[in-house]
Amino acid sequence: MSEAAPTAKTVYEVDSHTINFGPQHPSAHGVLRLIMEMDGEVIERCDPHIGLLHRGTEKLIEYKSYMQAVPYFDRLDYVSPMSCEHAFALATEKLLGIEAPERAQWIRVMFAELTRVLNHLLNISHFALDCGAISPSLWMYEEREKLLLFYERASGARFHSNYFRPGGVSKDLPAGLAEDIAAWVDEFPKFIDEMEALLNGNRIFKQRLVDIGVISAEDALAWGFTGPSLRGSGVAWDLRRAQPYDKYAEVEFDVPVGKHGDSYDRYLVRMAEMRESLKIIKQALAKMKPGPVKVQDRKITPSTRAEMKHSMEALIHHFKLYTEGYHVPEGATYTAVEAPKGEFAVYLQSDGTNRPYRCKIRATGFSHLQAADKLCKGHMLADMVAILGSLDIVFGEIDR
Amino acid sequence: MADETENNEAATPAAPIDAVLDAFKALPGVLAAERKLGEVALRAERDAAHGLLKTLRDSFAFEQVMDVCGVDYPERAERFEVVYNLLSVTRNERVRVIVCTDENTPVASVSDLWPCAIWWEREVWDLFGISFAGLPDHRRILSDYGFEGHPLRKDFPLTGYVEVHYDEDRKSVVYDKVKLTQEFRNFDFLSPWEGMTLLPGDEKVNRSRG
Repeated sequence: MSEAAPTAKTVYEVDSHTINFGPQHPSAHGVLRLIMEMDGEVIERCDPHIGLLHRGTEKLIEYKSYMQAVPYFDRLDYVSPMSCEHAFALATEKLLGIEAPERAQWIRVMFAELTRVLNHLLNISHFALDCGAISPSLWMYEEREKLLLFYERASGARFHSNYFRPGGVSKDLPAGLAEDIAAWVDEFPKFIDEMEALLNGNRIFKQRLVDIGVISAEDALAWGFTGPSLRGSGVAWDLRRAQPYDKYAEVEFDVPVGKHGDSYDRYLVRMAEMRESLKIIKQALAKMKPGPVKVQDRKITPSTRAEMKHSMEALIHHFKLYTEGYHVPEGATYTAVEAPKGEFAVYLQSDGTNRPYRCKIRATGFSHLQAADKLCKGHMLADMVAILGSLDIVFGEIDR
Repeated sequence: MADETENNEAATPAAPIDAVLDAFKALPGVLAAERKLGEVALRAERDAAHGLLKTLRDSFAFEQVMDVCGVDYPERAERFEVVYNLLSVTRNERVRVIVCTDENTPVASVSDLWPCAIWWEREVWDLFGISFAGLPDHRRILSDYGFEGHPLRKDFPLTGYVEVHYDEDRKSVVYDKVKLTQEFRNFDFLSPWEGMTLLPGDEKVNRSRG
């Protein structure tokens, strides 16, 4: 259009207009509403409207005991439920001054990494789908199903697992699960190879991603980026490495880092992270020893049902735990975990009673989405979808 | 960048802990500094908070503000706390800065220091009604368009005041007062053995003893 203008001496009027994108749109990854000011096909300003999935989780938690608050965390980032629980469990444990037993910590590390793979599978598949590739999503969903089966076998639920509790995990792994996970870990790299063969060099995929949504390391830090989005810009920052929690200090893994800070690098970092997760799962399985999976203090974790049948004290403890819950000493903590999307944290303020006085949830995607305006400016409308996909946005956690 | 972080990792455990805290204490505007549960928390004067946060960013390399949130204490004269959680990726350190304010006094916005603070501060405004001086975008963020009130205040009821539903007659979505089919149940499970000094119905016990 612009090449034709000088020779033909025709004046084209390019009207700047505003487009409403969402809140119901398959590429919006949930209920995102974007108001975009367009100059023809180019985005001039992009204003995300969020809060359409706001459920008042933080307010609800103030009215629940600590044990009742855990399931709310599954519903935050519903693509990686256990990582959210992990942050809350660690924060509560910190205030209580307890530490989960060894086996529980290993189980948590293992499931946190399974969750990472679970999350990245969904992100990459949808990302590819947004860019026009349908096959990866069909294949990756099949793999995800296997992981969800592990979730179900351990916790009883595919998604809202309520598995990581303050003081450990809710129950031990059932017989045979560890072996099945080990078998899956051995076969999964082949699947990643296939996916990489399909996507990494794919001309269309690269045309849609390379040099799209570039953010420098300085900007990424200033905009509060964490996780793969920050590492895609070349900052080797990983909480599992820098501020290890549970058993992360005892496992060996590499932190993949991108170079250009574009959408393609963020995708590559996620791909590489899945392989690192497999390494961690393998080590966790090898180092896991039989033992208790929750703190043996019956004032904090419930006794077994069998015990309740013959011990009066166990019955009282059970009753007290499921009505009053436990009291958490006064104090405040900001506890963060390296969730698949980045830093997911809980700022927990306790006033010494059985309910949190304030439970602020630091949602990862909140700060990522905020940079959408910066990342989209000057890009074409179709690139916006690729940028959103590369930021890994889930509205359960952003809107809380 | 990668090497820097790795070097710092090794250096942090060896670094003397209290030197860090003392350095924070000496900063202008800091009212109190403490390290509890391994986390550093600074209480700051409201008027000096912006300068303090700028110093923390520029001289102490706190490149990231991870979170800004409010806490409500209705019984205090200055009922709100604004909590800034900062992270330094080069020093591998976190610090928490707490500023007190009330409903009418604005807190200086830090969105000029960290652009990502805009949304966090919008959220604090939306949920608590704490205003920020110098915040370029002071719209609500999480609650509905046209929402009234600040839901995370302790005096805001959990059920809210209005509910939304589709009205067949008016053919549109309308707001109505909240109607609960069952009374809101907020059980007080606090144990009388730990919380209360006097059992209900047992008020006379002290009188007869006295």
